[in-house]
Amino acid sequence: MIITCPYCGPRDLSEFAYQGDGNRKRPDQASTNQKAWNAYVYDRLNPAGEHNEIWQHAGGCRRHLAVTRNTLTHAISKVAFAAAAGPKRSAARRKQGKAG
Amino acid sequence: MVDQLSPLEPVLRTGRHGHLADGVGVRLAETQPGSIVQLAAWPGEEKALIRTIKQVTGLALPDGAGGGACGNGKAAFGFAPGRFMVIGEDENIAGVFAGKLSQKTGTVTDLSHGRTGIRVSGARAEWVLAKLFAIDFALPAFPVGSGLSTVHHDIFAQIQRSGADQFDVYVFRSFARAFWHTLRLASEEVGYEVR
Repeated sequence: MIITCPYCGPRDLSEFAYQGDGNRKRPDQASTNQKAWNAYVYDRLNPAGEHNEIWQHAGGCRRHLAVTRNTLTHAISKVAFAAAAGPKRSAARRKQGKAG
Repeated sequence: MVDQLSPLEPVLRTGRHGHLADGVGVRLAETQPGSIVQLAAWPGEEKALIRTIKQVTGLALPDGAGGGACGNGKAAFGFAPGRFMVIGEDENIAGVFAGKLSQKTGTVTDLSHGRTGIRVSGARAEWVLAKLFAIDFALPAFPVGSGLSTVHHDIFAQIQRSGADQFDVYVFRSFARAFWHTLRLASEEVGYEVR
């Protein structure tokens, strides 16, 4: 399997590390909603087909990537930097230097 | 001035080795530059950092993935978004960048003692490196001056093409001897000369 990193170009699978399901939504840090946390930790779609995933180009530029991969064929239809594809941080949080 | 100690010193056997029937296929050497520096730009400050690299080294880096340049005993290339390696004979490149680089632009990390530079040159250099890394080393795909970041099993490597048949490979100092061993084995079939 070859993943085309937006910076490095096409690279072998051995350079990448799987970082998990890209569909998870982390509840707010202060949330005590057990259902939401349980879903975040355990619930997975496990689709037979297109799947949103997070990969890290660990053996290259070390950036995290948002990859859409077909679990049946391993065909990769979309790759983007996870930072660009993911939920935007609010300007206020960014100014305070907080992650989120 | 402190003497440079090479991690390859105990295993560096100069001379010609391997299958030499067709001559020397590759030459291997440790480059031992005075400085190896990593620069990182804050988001959106990449162009300002490229300008600072030009100010300090005189090297004009093309804007784009892996863009780099070398000459006059200096070399620079991008290996990740907003991240650059600068290598040179001068022992205080990190100090010069620390003075020139605004805190709003990015950061300087002196890796002079943390990386080992190995030069692989000669007619079979592409062939030997292609056996170690899953990278297209052909000239059109990997032009002179450009660089990239890759890995050989657990050994991270930054590679710059510093000539049509010459590559500079930067590996972690602690992995340098292991990588040198692998490189010698890979070079054996084409015949190699250690300088």
